[in-house]
Amino acid sequence: MFDATLVLIVLVAIHLAGAVAVYLTRQESLLTRQLNGIFGIAGGVMALILALIGLQRNLPGSGSTVLLSLEGVMPFAPLEFTLDRLSSFFLLLIAVVGIPVSLYSIDYMREYVSHPDQPGAHAYNLGLFGVAYQIFILSMILVVLASTTFTFLFLWELMALASYFLVVFEHRHRDTQEAGTLYLIMTHLGFVALFIGFMLLSGPALVGNTTLSFSELRISALALPSTQRDIVFLLMFIGFGSKAGMIPFHVWLPQAHPAAPSPVSALMSGVMIKLGIYGLLRITLDLLGGGPGWWGGLILVVGGASALYGILYALVDHNLKRLLAYSSVENAGIILLASGAALVFWSAGNTALATLALVGALYHILNHGVFKSLLFMGAGAVLQSTHTLDMESLGGLIKRMPWTALFFLVGSVSIAALPPFNGFVGEWIILQSLLLSLALPSQGAHIFLTLGLGALALTGGLVAAAFVKAFGISFLALPRSAQADQATEAPRLMRWAMGINAVLCLLLGLLATLLLPALQGISRAYLGPDQPTVGLAISGLEVRTGTDFGSLSPLLLGILLALLALIALWGLRLAGINELTRRSMTWACGRFTLSPRMEYTATAFANPLKRIFAFLYQPVRALTIETPGASPHFAQDISYRNPVRLWFEEYLYGPVARGIVWLARRASLVQHGSLHLYLTYILSILVILLVLTRG
Amino acid sequence: MDYVAKFLIAVVQLLIVLGASPVLVSLIRRLKARLQGRLGPPWFQPYYDLAKYFQKESVVSETASWIFNFTPYLQFVCMLLIALFVPFYTAMLPLDATGGIIVIMYFFLLSTFFLALSGLDTGSAFGGMGSSREMTIAALAEPTIILAVFSISLVANSTNISTIILRLGSDYGLLFNPTHLLAFAAFVIVTIAETGRLPVDNPTTHLELTMIHEAMILEYSGRHLALVEWSAWMKLFLFLSLLTNLFFPWGVATSLDLLSFVAGLVIFAVKLTLAAGAIAFMETILAKVRIFRVPELLAGSFAIALLAIISFYVL
Repeated sequence: MFDATLVLIVLVAIHLAGAVAVYLTRQESLLTRQLNGIFGIAGGVMALILALIGLQRNLPGSGSTVLLSLEGVMPFAPLEFTLDRLSSFFLLLIAVVGIPVSLYSIDYMREYVSHPDQPGAHAYNLGLFGVAYQIFILSMILVVLASTTFTFLFLWELMALASYFLVVFEHRHRDTQEAGTLYLIMTHLGFVALFIGFMLLSGPALVGNTTLSFSELRISALALPSTQRDIVFLLMFIGFGSKAGMIPFHVWLPQAHPAAPSPVSALMSGVMIKLGIYGLLRITLDLLGGGPGWWGGLILVVGGASALYGILYALVDHNLKRLLAYSSVENAGIILLASGAALVFWSAGNTALATLALVGALYHILNHGVFKSLLFMGAGAVLQSTHTLDMESLGGLIKRMPWTALFFLVGSVSIAALPPFNGFVGEWIILQSLLLSLALPSQGAHIFLTLGLGALALTGGLVAAAFVKAFGISFLALPRSAQADQATEAPRLMRWAMGINAVLCLLLGLLATLLLPALQGISRAYLGPDQPTVGLAISGLEVRTGTDFGSLSPLLLGILLALLALIALWGLRLAGINELTRRSMTWACGRFTLSPRMEYTATAFANPLKRIFAFLYQPVRALTIETPGASPHFAQDISYRNPVRLWFEEYLYGPVARGIVWLARRASLVQHGSLHLYLTYILSILVILLVLTRG
Repeated sequence: MDYVAKFLIAVVQLLIVLGASPVLVSLIRRLKARLQGRLGPPWFQPYYDLAKYFQKESVVSETASWIFNFTPYLQFVCMLLIALFVPFYTAMLPLDATGGIIVIMYFFLLSTFFLALSGLDTGSAFGGMGSSREMTIAALAEPTIILAVFSISLVANSTNISTIILRLGSDYGLLFNPTHLLAFAAFVIVTIAETGRLPVDNPTTHLELTMIHEAMILEYSGRHLALVEWSAWMKLFLFLSLLTNLFFPWGVATSLDLLSFVAGLVIFAVKLTLAAGAIAFMETILAKVRIFRVPELLAGSFAIALLAIISFYVL
């Protein structure tokens, strides 16, 4: 029906035109925001069409025809784009997250328009934001379509730069600048690893060849010696892993996500970090065509560690957006864990299990995109309304922002993998794949799979605790500050955007059986047909794993839940129970009023778990009580701080950063700034050169 | 199985969990009273309590939101849904293929999740304290349960409960392997933690510093309280049914005839009575431990559950 090439050209044109159009408007007008949103949505729709074309046509896993080849845009190499199964899936992710976020941004970005009563207080250049935003989405779309080394690296860098400018959009805050710098450093360290990785991967084909298409790489990768393949894998793992937010390269994530404007946080967490996973899958499944078992084992172990580390730090963080960022580290960990397991099974020749694990990973990628962008949009709505993200000053928002609260709750329930929402189905598939593998004769990898299973199980309970805290403290009970008390509901478009994602969470949960066959097709295109037995079978509404191992029918579960609810309500009414309700005050221990200071706080909520995991957090308890002097019993001011230890920041990045500063200090001895000194340098170098070249 | 039989079995499952869970609680209370030299409350006291709560109006805090009103119903429905998947007297459950043991555990977690939110919803410090403690215990008990049921799944090579019971029941040798025994030990500990029994939580206390579950539901009254209490009893009933039937699948009916159903019901009643006796005995000789000793207990059970899985492929 549609010609894929045409769709791609229209898509590129829309985003480029969007960037120009937004820049040409009056920077603070409503039109700027509207144009940015509309072009973003239009581009998203095009990406969706392209994704559906790709998923429908049953394209081969790799080596399908080139969609578009742009000669002459870049001086020395053409830009080349190809659509295959994996790209189609990630296009779907970008579209599904991008469309609601663009809609959301229209109303959200008015935050940055200067108010008539305080001119310039919040004003930022929305035109520039629009340019970076359009280019960011466009580069993400094109990255997954790129099919030459040059195209890929070029767009990868473009994506990093565009997102950097979006992160530092609120450039007047010092925290934001620092977060942006950290992000820039980390993303470029990753880029260096990728660059070297791709060069090593090209091998002899590199010489005199500037195009280096992926199809050439597939051939040259086969001829590489195994050590070189291992090094390539490790470099790619570091490069793509740092983008995905795996430990120990996650440090930029909890800084950059809270600093960025909320639509950008939603896109970065929902989509961009998944492109790290895309790169890893592209390399391991496609370009390198699989590898030894330890590759998968490494990904699995690091993924499991990221999952646990991420959620444990989300638990004790009371900044709503930073909590979500840590939770993204956790979810990236789960996705890596499942992908690693898939690679382990694949290298052991069990494609049935590999398919099952990969389907779980892909489904979790899509699910996480949907609910994490929903949660970030919810946090953004809270920020816009209360101007704070500190959970200790929030509370009571469910009465003031009922829709936002409902949608945030849906996101929290989904991310805690609770049925009947989407997170549960993905988690179920991943758990099934790990369990089924343990039932096989031991392949030496069992201990890692068991640890992975243990990490996943531990994560599950902690996520629930973290999100009871996130939702319960921020949205329930009494407001803990005047800003929270005066909060108002989010504007209409923001509500719509969050509503779309909340409905998607439910639909992806109930109707998983409609999408899973497509994911299965993608996995099989790379891993080959199921053997020795069937891994995943989808029949009607039911998902089955293994031979009679497990089965799940999400839609039927949802129907049963609704049916039982109706029967229960009807039964209770029939029994003639008293349905009167009287509103009264919460018992306040005999006091006349219930004050917010009597409520449980986020710190108190997380404290039992903080004490249990004290060996990890190593919290420092600093209590200072100021007394006016006359009596120690009348405290004037009490401050209590209980920070946790950030291991990687303190013991890995801290010493490295200090080392660099130390070196720079030493180097500055010669860089004195005095012109005479520099003239002396020139003269002495000249003399030295003359002496050296004398004979 | 024809549709009438399927439908009837499903209805009977619901009736059993609704009707028998208060009896189970009564049984534990009376056994405990006897062991402590008291007479104990009347047999039908839980029913009288439910009837009383249902006749009273509900007092809801002005601070609370719709979550507070919604939770009791959600919890009640979750327990009913789980009852469709847990074998009591027969393994021939009609909806077994809809979801297995993972679904059961996550629906328990769903009800805990909302109950913890309701604890925070009223703005009372007790509720928040209860929620915090409940989620701490849930966060640590959940992985253990998952791992314990997984090791049973591995032994039986299925995650669907009916299939597990059919396979374990057909080969009793499977019941005496170390994996199964370790999983049993772990499951016993988390059953106590999850259902709020001594030494983790005291279901009869109303002393603010020691309570967990009761602190969360302190603000509930009337029909809401009735539903919350009933759900807690059903949860205990469901956990004990899982414990007894998964680890001792003797006597669970595996065919569709009346005789095996009757035999199954009798044996099920005997098993639950024994479990109730064990709980009553334990609650008589044990005192509640400090809240920060509970994690040690749960960490221990987590280690046991992990060992159970490792022993499955090592031995």
